Amino acid sequence: MEKTYYNPADLAKFGNISDWQPEMGRKFFEYYGEVFKEGALTEREKALIALAVAHAVQCPYCIDAYTTDSLQKGADEAQMMEAVHVAAAIKGGALLVHGVQMMNKAKDLSM
Amino acid sequence: MKSLKASGHQLADSAFQLTVLRQEVVDTLHLPPFAEKLRGAGLFPLVPVAPAILQINVGKMCNQVCKHCHVDAGPDRKEIMTRATMQLCLDALAQTDIATVDLTGGAPEMNPDFRWFVEQIHALGRHVIVRCNLTIIVANKKYHDLPAFFKAHGVEVVSSLPFYNAKTTDRQRGDGVFEDSIRALKMLNAVGYGQPGSGLTLNLVYNPNGAFLPGSQKGLQEQFKRALGKDFGIVFNELFAITNIPVSRYLDFLIESGNYAGYMEKLVAAFNPTAAAGVMCRNTISVSWDGYLYDCDFNQMLELHVASTVQHIRDFDAAALAQRSVVINQHCYGCTAGSGSSCGGTTA
Repeated sequence: MEKTYYNPADLAKFGNISDWQPEMGRKFFEYYGEVFKEGALTEREKALIALAVAHAVQCPYCIDAYTTDSLQKGADEAQMMEAVHVAAAIKGGALLVHGVQMMNKAKDLSM
Repeated sequence: MKSLKASGHQLADSAFQLTVLRQEVVDTLHLPPFAEKLRGAGLFPLVPVAPAILQINVGKMCNQVCKHCHVDAGPDRKEIMTRATMQLCLDALAQTDIATVDLTGGAPEMNPDFRWFVEQIHALGRHVIVRCNLTIIVANKKYHDLPAFFKAHGVEVVSSLPFYNAKTTDRQRGDGVFEDSIRALKMLNAVGYGQPGSGLTLNLVYNPNGAFLPGSQKGLQEQFKRALGKDFGIVFNELFAITNIPVSRYLDFLIESGNYAGYMEKLVAAFNPTAAAGVMCRNTISVSWDGYLYDCDFNQMLELHVASTVQHIRDFDAAALAQRSVVINQHCYGCTAGSGSSCGGTTA
Protein backbone atom coordinates (compact mmCIF):
# COMPACT_ATOMS: atom_id res chain seq x y z
CA MET A 1 0.00 0.00 0.00
CA GLU A 2 1.24 3.49 -0.80
CA LYS A 3 2.14 5.92 1.94
CA THR A 4 -0.58 8.33 0.83
CA TYR A 5 -4.09 7.59 -0.34
CA TYR A 6 -3.73 9.86 -3.36
CA ASN A 7 -0.86 9.72 -5.85
CA PRO A 8 -0.87 12.25 -8.75
CA ALA A 9 0.68 9.61 -11.02
CA ASP A 10 -2.46 7.48 -10.61
CA LEU A 11 -4.52 9.93 -12.64
CA ALA A 12 -2.79 8.76 -15.83
CA LYS A 13 -3.61 5.18 -14.84
CA PHE A 14 -7.36 5.76 -14.71
CA GLY A 15 -7.79 3.56 -17.77
CA ASN A 16 -6.30 0.64 -15.85
CA ILE A 17 -9.64 0.09 -14.10
CA SER A 18 -10.62 -1.77 -17.28
CA ASP A 19 -7.93 -4.39 -16.60
CA TRP A 20 -10.08 -6.15 -14.02
CA GLN A 21 -13.43 -5.59 -15.70
CA PRO A 22 -12.85 -4.83 -19.41
CA GLU A 23 -16.46 -4.73 -20.56
CA MET A 24 -17.73 -2.38 -17.87
CA GLY A 25 -14.57 -0.28 -18.21
CA ARG A 26 -15.02 -0.01 -21.96
CA LYS A 27 -18.66 0.99 -21.59
CA PHE A 28 -17.82 3.57 -18.95
CA PHE A 29 -15.05 5.24 -20.96
CA GLU A 30 -17.11 5.20 -24.12
CA TYR A 31 -19.92 6.91 -22.24
CA TYR A 32 -17.47 9.30 -20.57
CA GLY A 33 -16.04 10.32 -23.93
CA GLU A 34 -19.50 10.85 -25.36
CA VAL A 35 -20.59 13.00 -22.42
CA PHE A 36 -17.72 15.45 -22.88
CA LYS A 37 -18.16 15.91 -26.63
CA GLU A 38 -19.66 19.18 -27.78
CA GLY A 39 -23.44 18.88 -27.86
CA ALA A 40 -26.15 21.18 -26.57
CA LEU A 41 -23.39 22.46 -24.27
CA THR A 42 -19.95 23.48 -25.50
CA GLU A 43 -16.84 21.54 -24.44
CA ARG A 44 -15.79 24.55 -22.36
CA GLU A 45 -19.12 24.67 -20.52
CA LYS A 46 -18.86 20.96 -19.79
CA ALA A 47 -15.29 21.39 -18.52
CA LEU A 48 -16.47 24.11 -16.13
CA ILE A 49 -19.37 21.96 -14.88
CA ALA A 50 -16.90 19.11 -14.33
CA LEU A 51 -14.57 21.48 -12.48
CA ALA A 52 -17.39 22.57 -10.17
CA VAL A 53 -18.47 18.97 -9.55
CA ALA A 54 -14.84 17.98 -8.94
CA HIS A 55 -14.78 20.47 -6.06
CA ALA A 56 -18.17 19.34 -4.77
CA VAL A 57 -17.03 15.72 -4.63
CA GLN A 58 -13.59 16.88 -3.47
CA CYS A 59 -11.76 14.62 -5.87
CA PRO A 60 -8.12 15.75 -6.27
CA TYR A 61 -7.72 13.76 -9.48
CA CYS A 62 -10.75 15.48 -10.96
CA ILE A 63 -9.60 18.94 -9.80
CA ASP A 64 -6.21 18.31 -11.44
CA ALA A 65 -7.80 17.03 -14.64
CA TYR A 66 -10.53 19.65 -15.01
CA THR A 67 -8.39 22.63 -14.05
CA THR A 68 -6.15 21.63 -16.96
CA ASP A 69 -9.13 20.88 -19.17
CA SER A 70 -10.83 24.20 -18.39
CA LEU A 71 -7.63 26.08 -19.29
CA GLN A 72 -7.27 24.03 -22.47
CA LYS A 73 -10.83 24.79 -23.46
CA GLY A 74 -10.14 28.51 -23.08
CA ALA A 75 -11.89 29.24 -19.78
CA ASP A 76 -10.45 32.19 -17.92
CA GLU A 77 -9.61 32.33 -14.22
CA ALA A 78 -12.76 34.28 -13.30
CA GLN A 79 -14.98 31.70 -15.01
CA MET A 80 -13.19 28.87 -13.23
CA MET A 81 -13.52 30.48 -9.80
CA GLU A 82 -17.19 31.29 -10.46
CA ALA A 83 -17.75 27.63 -11.26
CA VAL A 84 -16.21 26.72 -7.89
CA HIS A 85 -18.50 29.25 -6.20
CA VAL A 86 -21.50 27.65 -7.88
CA ALA A 87 -20.46 24.33 -6.34
CA ALA A 88 -19.91 26.03 -2.98
CA ALA A 89 -23.31 27.74 -3.13
CA ILE A 90 -25.07 24.46 -3.89
CA LYS A 91 -23.14 22.59 -1.21
CA GLY A 92 -23.81 25.37 1.31
CA GLY A 93 -27.41 25.71 0.19
CA ALA A 94 -27.94 21.98 0.41
CA LEU A 95 -26.76 22.12 4.00
CA LEU A 96 -28.73 25.21 4.93
CA VAL A 97 -32.00 24.07 3.37
CA HIS A 98 -31.93 21.24 5.91
CA GLY A 99 -32.33 24.03 8.43
CA VAL A 100 -35.99 24.03 7.44
CA GLN A 101 -36.19 20.37 8.42
CA MET A 102 -34.55 21.30 11.72
CA MET A 103 -37.05 24.11 12.20
CA ASN A 104 -40.00 21.83 11.40
CA LYS A 105 -38.80 19.21 13.87
CA ALA A 106 -38.15 21.81 16.55
CA LYS A 107 -41.62 23.23 16.04
CA ASP A 108 -43.16 19.72 16.28
CA LEU A 109 -41.37 19.13 19.53
CA SER A 110 -42.04 22.50 21.08
CA MET A 111 -45.03 23.85 22.94
CA MET B 1 13.14 41.59 -19.47
CA LYS B 2 16.21 40.54 -21.46
CA SER B 3 16.51 37.76 -24.00
CA LEU B 4 18.13 34.51 -22.84
CA LYS B 5 21.08 35.40 -25.04
CA ALA B 6 21.58 38.85 -23.52
CA SER B 7 21.32 37.46 -20.01
CA GLY B 8 23.93 34.78 -20.76
CA HIS B 9 21.47 31.96 -20.05
CA GLN B 10 22.58 28.41 -20.76
CA LEU B 11 19.44 27.78 -22.81
CA ALA B 12 20.47 30.48 -25.28
CA ASP B 13 22.82 27.81 -26.61
CA SER B 14 20.95 25.60 -29.08
CA ALA B 15 23.36 22.71 -28.41
CA PHE B 16 22.42 22.81 -24.75
CA GLN B 17 18.72 22.87 -25.62
CA LEU B 18 19.25 19.72 -27.65
CA THR B 19 20.94 17.99 -24.74
CA VAL B 20 17.87 18.78 -22.63
CA LEU B 21 15.53 17.51 -25.33
CA ARG B 22 17.60 14.36 -25.76
CA GLN B 23 16.99 13.65 -22.06
CA GLU B 24 20.61 14.05 -21.14
CA VAL B 25 19.70 16.60 -18.47
CA VAL B 26 16.40 15.41 -17.00
CA ASP B 27 17.52 11.79 -16.86
CA THR B 28 14.47 10.56 -14.96
CA LEU B 29 12.41 11.12 -18.07
CA HIS B 30 12.36 8.26 -20.54
CA LEU B 31 10.42 9.24 -23.61
CA PRO B 32 10.40 7.28 -26.84
CA PRO B 33 12.50 8.88 -29.58
CA PHE B 34 10.29 10.83 -31.98
CA ALA B 35 11.70 8.79 -34.86
CA GLU B 36 10.34 5.64 -33.21
CA LYS B 37 6.84 7.13 -33.04
CA LEU B 38 7.04 8.19 -36.68
CA ARG B 39 8.20 4.71 -37.65
CA GLY B 40 5.22 3.23 -35.83
CA ALA B 41 2.96 5.49 -37.87
CA GLY B 42 4.72 4.51 -41.12
CA LEU B 43 6.09 8.02 -41.54
CA PHE B 44 9.81 7.52 -41.01
CA PRO B 45 11.84 8.96 -42.60
CA LEU B 46 9.65 12.03 -42.84
CA VAL B 47 9.78 13.17 -46.43
CA PRO B 48 8.71 16.51 -47.88
CA VAL B 49 5.97 17.15 -50.42
CA ALA B 50 6.12 19.95 -52.99
CA PRO B 51 6.98 23.19 -51.16
CA ALA B 52 4.01 25.53 -50.87
CA ILE B 53 5.39 28.00 -48.36
CA LEU B 54 8.71 29.81 -48.06
CA GLN B 55 8.86 30.98 -44.47
CA ILE B 56 11.43 33.71 -44.03
CA ASN B 57 12.60 34.86 -40.63
CA VAL B 58 13.77 38.40 -41.34
CA GLY B 59 15.31 38.88 -37.92
CA LYS B 60 15.23 38.31 -34.20
CA MET B 61 14.70 41.94 -33.28
CA CYS B 62 11.37 42.55 -31.60
CA ASN B 63 9.69 45.24 -29.51
CA GLN B 64 8.33 42.55 -27.16
CA VAL B 65 9.97 39.92 -24.96
CA CYS B 66 7.31 37.21 -24.67
CA LYS B 67 7.83 34.50 -22.08
CA HIS B 68 7.16 31.65 -24.49
CA CYS B 69 9.14 32.94 -27.49
CA HIS B 70 10.99 30.15 -29.29
CA VAL B 71 13.09 32.71 -31.16
CA ASP B 72 14.35 34.35 -27.95
CA ALA B 73 13.52 37.59 -29.73
CA GLY B 74 13.63 41.04 -28.19
CA PRO B 75 14.92 44.59 -28.51
CA ASP B 76 18.40 43.37 -27.61
CA ARG B 77 18.60 40.97 -30.57
CA LYS B 78 20.38 42.60 -33.49
CA GLU B 79 20.40 39.70 -35.98
CA ILE B 80 18.36 40.89 -38.96
CA MET B 81 18.26 39.97 -42.64
CA THR B 82 20.10 42.26 -45.05
CA ARG B 83 18.61 43.47 -48.33
CA ALA B 84 21.23 41.35 -50.14
CA THR B 85 19.91 38.19 -48.47
CA MET B 86 16.35 39.27 -49.22
CA GLN B 87 17.37 39.57 -52.87
CA LEU B 88 18.67 35.99 -52.75
CA CYS B 89 15.24 34.93 -51.42
CA LEU B 90 13.56 36.77 -54.28
CA ASP B 91 15.89 35.12 -56.81
CA ALA B 92 15.04 31.72 -55.35
CA LEU B 93 11.33 32.49 -55.40
CA ALA B 94 11.47 33.59 -59.03
CA GLN B 95 12.72 30.15 -60.06
CA THR B 96 9.92 28.29 -58.23
CA ASP B 97 6.16 28.26 -58.12
CA ILE B 98 6.03 28.49 -54.31
CA ALA B 99 2.77 30.37 -53.88
CA THR B 100 3.10 31.76 -50.35
CA VAL B 101 5.79 33.68 -48.53
CA ASP B 102 5.39 33.76 -44.78
CA LEU B 103 7.35 36.55 -43.10
CA THR B 104 8.18 36.14 -39.47
CA GLY B 105 10.65 37.34 -36.85
CA GLY B 106 11.01 38.90 -34.23
CA ALA B 107 8.83 41.72 -35.36
CA PRO B 108 9.44 41.55 -39.13
CA GLU B 109 8.30 45.15 -39.55
CA MET B 110 11.35 46.35 -37.58
CA ASN B 111 13.66 45.23 -40.37
CA PRO B 112 14.46 48.48 -42.27
CA ASP B 113 14.01 46.68 -45.62
CA PHE B 114 10.75 45.01 -44.65
CA ARG B 115 8.48 47.16 -46.82
CA TRP B 116 10.78 46.90 -49.83
CA PHE B 117 10.81 43.12 -49.42
CA VAL B 118 7.01 42.88 -49.23
CA GLU B 119 6.69 45.02 -52.36
CA GLN B 120 9.12 42.80 -54.26
CA ILE B 121 7.41 39.56 -53.21
CA HIS B 122 4.02 41.04 -54.10
CA ALA B 123 5.40 42.05 -57.49
CA LEU B 124 6.37 38.41 -58.07
CA GLY B 125 2.68 37.57 -57.66
CA ARG B 126 3.12 35.60 -54.47
CA HIS B 127 0.79 35.66 -51.51
CA VAL B 128 2.41 37.35 -48.50
CA ILE B 129 1.70 36.47 -44.90
CA VAL B 130 3.08 38.77 -42.21
CA ARG B 131 3.26 37.45 -38.65
CA CYS B 132 2.55 40.75 -36.94
CA ASN B 133 2.71 40.98 -33.15
CA LEU B 134 0.13 43.84 -33.29
CA THR B 135 1.85 46.10 -30.78
CA ILE B 136 4.46 47.13 -33.35
CA ILE B 137 1.69 49.00 -35.18
CA VAL B 138 1.23 51.36 -32.22
CA ALA B 139 4.83 51.24 -30.93
CA ASN B 140 5.98 54.22 -32.96
CA LYS B 141 4.39 56.76 -35.30
CA LYS B 142 6.40 55.38 -38.22
CA TYR B 143 4.48 52.10 -37.96
CA HIS B 144 0.98 53.59 -37.70
CA ASP B 145 0.41 53.23 -41.44
CA LEU B 146 1.22 49.51 -41.49
CA PRO B 147 -2.46 48.52 -41.84
CA ALA B 148 -2.73 50.65 -45.00
CA PHE B 149 0.59 49.25 -46.28
CA PHE B 150 -0.58 45.69 -45.68
CA LYS B 151 -3.84 46.42 -47.47
CA ALA B 152 -2.07 47.94 -50.48
CA HIS B 153 -0.08 44.74 -50.97
CA GLY B 154 -2.83 42.22 -50.22
CA VAL B 155 -0.93 40.97 -47.18
CA GLU B 156 -2.57 38.34 -44.99
CA VAL B 157 -2.03 39.42 -41.39
CA VAL B 158 -1.53 36.71 -38.79
CA SER B 159 -1.34 38.07 -35.27
CA SER B 160 -0.64 36.55 -31.89
CA LEU B 161 -3.24 37.20 -29.26
CA PRO B 162 -2.97 34.47 -26.65
CA PHE B 163 -6.16 35.38 -24.84
CA TYR B 164 -9.21 37.58 -24.97
CA ASN B 165 -8.42 39.39 -21.74
CA ALA B 166 -5.60 41.60 -20.52
CA LYS B 167 -4.56 39.61 -17.47
CA THR B 168 -3.67 36.41 -19.31
CA THR B 169 -2.26 38.12 -22.40
CA ASP B 170 -0.01 40.49 -20.46
CA ARG B 171 1.31 37.68 -18.28
CA GLN B 172 2.68 36.01 -21.40
CA ARG B 173 3.58 38.98 -23.58
CA GLY B 174 4.29 41.84 -21.17
CA ASP B 175 2.44 44.64 -19.39
CA GLY B 176 0.16 46.70 -21.59
CA VAL B 177 0.42 44.33 -24.56
CA PHE B 178 -3.29 43.48 -24.55
CA GLU B 179 -4.37 47.12 -24.59
CA ASP B 180 -1.94 47.94 -27.42
CA SER B 181 -3.02 44.82 -29.31
CA ILE B 182 -6.66 45.91 -29.10
CA ARG B 183 -5.74 49.36 -30.43
CA ALA B 184 -3.84 47.76 -33.31
CA LEU B 185 -6.69 45.34 -34.09
CA LYS B 186 -9.09 48.30 -34.28
CA MET B 187 -6.72 50.02 -36.73
CA LEU B 188 -6.59 46.85 -38.86
CA ASN B 189 -10.38 46.53 -38.74
CA ALA B 190 -10.71 50.20 -39.70
CA VAL B 191 -8.98 49.66 -43.07
CA GLY B 192 -11.06 46.53 -43.70
CA TYR B 193 -9.01 43.69 -42.21
CA GLY B 194 -11.22 40.92 -40.87
CA GLN B 195 -14.36 42.60 -42.21
CA PRO B 196 -16.72 40.29 -44.12
CA GLY B 197 -16.41 40.69 -47.87
CA SER B 198 -13.28 42.88 -47.72
CA GLY B 199 -10.95 40.14 -48.96
CA LEU B 200 -8.47 41.32 -46.33
CA THR B 201 -7.59 38.44 -44.06
CA LEU B 202 -6.83 38.91 -40.39
CA ASN B 203 -6.17 35.68 -38.53
CA LEU B 204 -5.32 35.45 -34.85
CA VAL B 205 -3.02 32.98 -33.15
CA TYR B 206 -3.84 31.48 -29.78
CA ASN B 207 -1.22 29.64 -27.78
CA PRO B 208 -1.75 28.26 -24.28
CA ASN B 209 -0.60 30.43 -21.43
CA GLY B 210 1.17 27.64 -19.60
CA ALA B 211 2.05 23.97 -19.62
CA PHE B 212 -1.05 22.62 -21.29
CA LEU B 213 -2.23 21.85 -24.80
CA PRO B 214 -4.67 23.99 -26.75
CA GLY B 215 -8.29 22.89 -26.75
CA SER B 216 -10.52 22.72 -29.79
CA GLN B 217 -9.60 25.41 -32.31
CA LYS B 218 -13.25 25.80 -33.26
CA GLY B 219 -14.36 26.25 -29.67
CA LEU B 220 -11.59 28.75 -28.92
CA GLN B 221 -12.39 30.69 -32.08
CA GLU B 222 -16.03 30.99 -31.05
CA GLN B 223 -15.03 32.32 -27.63
CA PHE B 224 -12.53 34.81 -29.04
CA LYS B 225 -15.06 36.05 -31.60
CA ARG B 226 -17.72 36.46 -28.95
CA ALA B 227 -15.47 38.14 -26.39
CA LEU B 228 -13.56 40.45 -28.74
CA GLY B 229 -16.77 41.36 -30.56
CA LYS B 230 -18.74 42.09 -27.40
CA ASP B 231 -16.02 43.87 -25.43
CA PHE B 232 -14.24 45.79 -28.20
CA GLY B 233 -16.24 45.47 -31.43
CA ILE B 234 -13.30 43.64 -33.05
CA VAL B 235 -13.73 41.21 -35.95
CA PHE B 236 -11.30 38.72 -37.42
CA ASN B 237 -11.35 35.76 -39.79
CA GLU B 238 -9.92 32.65 -38.17
CA LEU B 239 -8.21 31.70 -34.96
CA PHE B 240 -5.22 29.37 -35.23
CA ALA B 241 -4.63 27.28 -32.10
CA ILE B 242 -0.92 26.59 -31.81
CA THR B 243 0.82 24.27 -29.37
CA ASN B 244 3.82 25.69 -27.51
CA ILE B 245 6.97 23.89 -28.62
CA PRO B 246 9.62 23.11 -25.98
CA VAL B 247 12.29 25.36 -27.42
CA SER B 248 14.14 28.39 -26.04
CA ARG B 249 12.11 30.54 -23.59
CA TYR B 250 9.19 28.14 -23.44
CA LEU B 251 11.64 25.36 -22.63
CA ASP B 252 13.09 27.62 -19.93
CA PHE B 253 9.59 28.21 -18.52
CA LEU B 254 8.88 24.45 -18.47
CA ILE B 255 12.10 23.68 -16.63
CA GLU B 256 11.88 26.59 -14.18
CA SER B 257 8.25 25.86 -13.31
CA GLY B 258 8.84 22.13 -12.84
CA ASN B 259 6.53 21.30 -15.74
CA TYR B 260 9.06 19.96 -18.26
CA ALA B 261 8.62 16.23 -17.63
CA GLY B 262 4.83 16.45 -17.33
CA TYR B 263 4.51 18.52 -20.49
CA MET B 264 6.71 16.22 -22.55
CA GLU B 265 4.79 13.19 -21.30
CA LYS B 266 1.57 14.95 -22.26
CA LEU B 267 2.87 15.62 -25.79
CA VAL B 268 4.02 12.04 -26.25
CA ALA B 269 0.76 10.61 -24.91
CA ALA B 270 -1.17 12.83 -27.33
CA PHE B 271 0.87 11.76 -30.41
CA ASN B 272 -1.54 11.67 -33.32
CA PRO B 273 -0.44 9.92 -36.56
CA THR B 274 -2.87 12.03 -38.61
CA ALA B 275 -1.30 15.21 -37.23
CA ALA B 276 2.15 13.76 -37.90
CA ALA B 277 1.25 13.18 -41.54
CA GLY B 278 0.13 16.80 -41.86
CA VAL B 279 3.08 18.60 -40.25
CA MET B 280 3.98 21.86 -41.97
CA CYS B 281 7.68 21.05 -42.34
CA ARG B 282 6.68 18.78 -45.21
CA ASN B 283 5.54 21.65 -47.42
CA THR B 284 7.59 24.51 -45.99
CA ILE B 285 11.15 25.70 -46.35
CA SER B 286 12.37 27.98 -43.62
CA VAL B 287 15.03 30.63 -44.20
CA SER B 288 16.98 32.27 -41.37
CA TRP B 289 18.01 35.93 -41.16
CA ASP B 290 21.43 34.98 -42.54
CA GLY B 291 20.03 32.92 -45.41
CA TYR B 292 20.44 29.36 -44.15
CA LEU B 293 17.75 26.77 -44.81
CA TYR B 294 15.80 24.70 -42.30
CA ASP B 295 12.72 22.49 -42.24
CA CYS B 296 10.90 24.84 -39.86
CA ASP B 297 11.37 27.89 -37.64
CA PHE B 298 11.88 25.67 -34.56
CA ASN B 299 14.66 23.71 -36.24
CA GLN B 300 16.09 27.08 -37.23
CA MET B 301 16.28 28.17 -33.60
CA LEU B 302 17.85 24.84 -32.65
CA GLU B 303 20.30 25.26 -35.55
CA LEU B 304 19.23 21.96 -37.09
CA HIS B 305 20.01 22.69 -40.74
CA VAL B 306 18.26 20.93 -43.64
CA ALA B 307 19.70 17.51 -44.45
CA SER B 308 20.60 18.46 -48.00
CA THR B 309 23.52 19.40 -50.17
CA VAL B 310 21.76 22.76 -50.40
CA GLN B 311 22.31 24.72 -47.20
CA HIS B 312 21.87 28.37 -48.16
CA ILE B 313 19.24 30.34 -50.06
CA ARG B 314 21.91 31.48 -52.57
CA ASP B 315 22.20 27.84 -53.70
CA PHE B 316 18.45 27.21 -53.69
CA ASP B 317 17.60 24.13 -55.73
CA ALA B 318 14.04 22.83 -55.35
CA ALA B 319 14.85 19.47 -56.95
CA ALA B 320 17.79 18.83 -54.61
CA LEU B 321 15.78 19.90 -51.56
CA ALA B 322 12.95 17.56 -52.57
CA GLN B 323 15.34 14.64 -52.04
CA ARG B 324 15.91 15.42 -48.37
CA SER B 325 14.36 13.91 -45.25
CA VAL B 326 13.00 16.30 -42.64
CA VAL B 327 15.32 16.70 -39.63
CA ILE B 328 13.48 15.66 -36.49
CA ASN B 329 14.09 15.72 -32.76
CA GLN B 330 12.10 15.43 -29.53
CA HIS B 331 10.61 18.94 -29.84
CA CYS B 332 8.70 17.66 -32.88
CA TYR B 333 6.22 16.00 -30.50
CA GLY B 334 4.78 19.51 -30.11
CA CYS B 335 3.47 19.58 -33.68
CA THR B 336 2.02 16.07 -33.59
CA ALA B 337 0.06 16.21 -30.32
CA GLY B 338 -3.71 16.14 -30.29
CA SER B 339 -5.16 18.02 -33.23
CA GLY B 340 -1.65 18.90 -34.41
CA SER B 341 -0.02 22.28 -34.67
CA SER B 342 1.41 24.44 -37.41
CA CYS B 343 1.77 28.13 -38.19
CA GLY B 344 -1.71 27.80 -39.70
CA GLY B 345 -3.22 26.15 -36.64
CA THR B 346 -4.36 22.57 -36.24
CA THR B 347 -3.49 19.95 -38.85
CA ALA B 348 -5.70 16.96 -37.97
